[in-house]
Amino acid sequence: MNIKELEKKSVGYRKKILKYIVGANAGHTGGSLSCIDILNVLYNQVLNVSPQNFTSPDRDRYIQSKGHCVEALFVVLADKGFFPEEHLETLCKYKSHYIGHPTRKVKGVEQNTGALGHGLPIAVGNAIAAKLDKKDYKVYTLMGDGELPEGSNWEAALTAAHYKLDNLCAIVDKNSLQITAPTAEVCNTDPLDEKWKAFGWAVKEVDGHDIQALKEAFDSLPFEPGKPSLIIAHTVKGKGVSFMENNLKWHHGVPSTEEYALAISELDNSMQKAAV
Amino acid sequence: MAHIENTDPNGYKPNQEIFSEVLQQLAATDRDIIAVTSDSRGSGKLVPFGKKFPEQIVEVGIAEQNLVGVAAGLAAAGKKVFAVSPACFLTARALEQIKNDVAYSDNPVTVVGISAGVSYGALGSTHHSLHDFAALRAINNITVVVPADNFETAQATALAAKTNSPVYLRFGKKVMNNLKEENNDAFVFGKGRVITEGNDAALIACGETVYPALQAAKLLAEQGIHVTVVSMHTIKPLDTELLAKLAVACKAIVTVEEHSVYGGLGEACASYLMQHGLHKPFRIMGIPDEYTVTGSQQDIFNHYHITKDGIAEVVKSLLI
Repeated sequence: MNIKELEKKSVGYRKKILKYIVGANAGHTGGSLSCIDILNVLYNQVLNVSPQNFTSPDRDRYIQSKGHCVEALFVVLADKGFFPEEHLETLCKYKSHYIGHPTRKVKGVEQNTGALGHGLPIAVGNAIAAKLDKKDYKVYTLMGDGELPEGSNWEAALTAAHYKLDNLCAIVDKNSLQITAPTAEVCNTDPLDEKWKAFGWAVKEVDGHDIQALKEAFDSLPFEPGKPSLIIAHTVKGKGVSFMENNLKWHHGVPSTEEYALAISELDNSMQKAAV
Repeated sequence: MAHIENTDPNGYKPNQEIFSEVLQQLAATDRDIIAVTSDSRGSGKLVPFGKKFPEQIVEVGIAEQNLVGVAAGLAAAGKKVFAVSPACFLTARALEQIKNDVAYSDNPVTVVGISAGVSYGALGSTHHSLHDFAALRAINNITVVVPADNFETAQATALAAKTNSPVYLRFGKKVMNNLKEENNDAFVFGKGRVITEGNDAALIACGETVYPALQAAKLLAEQGIHVTVVSMHTIKPLDTELLAKLAVACKAIVTVEEHSVYGGLGEACASYLMQHGLHKPFRIMGIPDEYTVTGSQQDIFNHYHITKDGIAEVVKSLLI
């Protein structure tokens, strides 16, 4: 798949994220839109994961630490054929497996997440196991910048460096907004690159909506032999829909019928532009 | 804190030392056995394990949340993982990781709480774990096991390694005499172990309180009172079949545990008995809801009457 095709895929994913959030009348809209390009590149260009090899011990592992942005993950997993997309019509409905956070009841999901600060320690355990077993698979985890004050992340960051886990890649979806206010106002974690470097990680920063840049960053893993890699992906919360971008209201806002129509029309325009 | 001998003339050892020995035996033939420690290999008696199997021990430093998360990740990749740390920290600080990463995600980690209860009695409340049964009983998909003696510990450790679901094992530091001369009982999680039989009363205890319960039963037998003593090593799932049988056969029931009287073995038994119409004189012995007295484990047991004489007195008071 070339960059153009991937860009079109992202637009399609964004439309589906909104469709199923509207259907469920619930969801984490802004964060799902900020991380979808990352998931697009991961699942379509990077991860050795498919419905066919999902039980193979050699598959790559992806653990979504920012579990609340499950809509982005579900849309991508459906696209990859892990389950029929129409299952997402049951999102957040009574007894549906498709709940508001990743769950292993859904094929393609590695770990149940939702409480923040849990993805990285589990990913570290996975990566240590790969080293012990001398296996080549890689382990990826996606974190939000808002979850970084959770101390467990920094405990795991130390362990990852200690064990020289260059088979581990963590991505921070740095959309700079969280439920209360801008992340810098809630608990400023900048400068992130210096912190992670001080913890023994190799760090790259990319535009988290630039498919080419994301692909190049993943293609250059590990950034340094013997070190875990961190990608700081600079993103925009609500990316792709003008009135949702950088607006706190859309952390878990659900579009009205009119807002949904407007958003889809904007995304259709983006699709036409991407096709040119 | 009082020095505790690691061996005694009969060859008995602290349960956590037996745990380590069995884990070494298992690790020798199974490279997937992994111990994860948080600077806890000394108290967990895992120094020899680490020397013999350096590839099978993962050290995360003093970071219990990370300990359990890493353990979950290792288990998800097919390892048979024992996450070992003092019970006081493991089941409080890392409770969310036990709940989510182990139990909810169904990663088959054996969470091993060492130096549990008031093993670190003189070190104060920070180092007591008197809440762990209560906390873990309320979490779905984890078996809670508290072996009483060296035999049960060896059996429980081997069984946990074979169990493809989350388990909590809890051990103390004290040298634990075997409860029976012949150790040929079948040991399965969820089935209590009957140590002595008698129909006057039932003493249902777990962990390091089974031994004083057994001593109390011997004292009572000398006075013509015959007591069934059960090592209820599995707190969850509780052996309700045995409990119901005892409630019918015996005139009174006393539970004994090294845990708060809230939410532990006693309340688990009481809940079952009450809801099934099995009403007999009943008493829960454990640590009351107060700032726990400090001293050695034995000092604390003495203070709360978790002794041969104290337990016998409670049994007799229910039979009047």
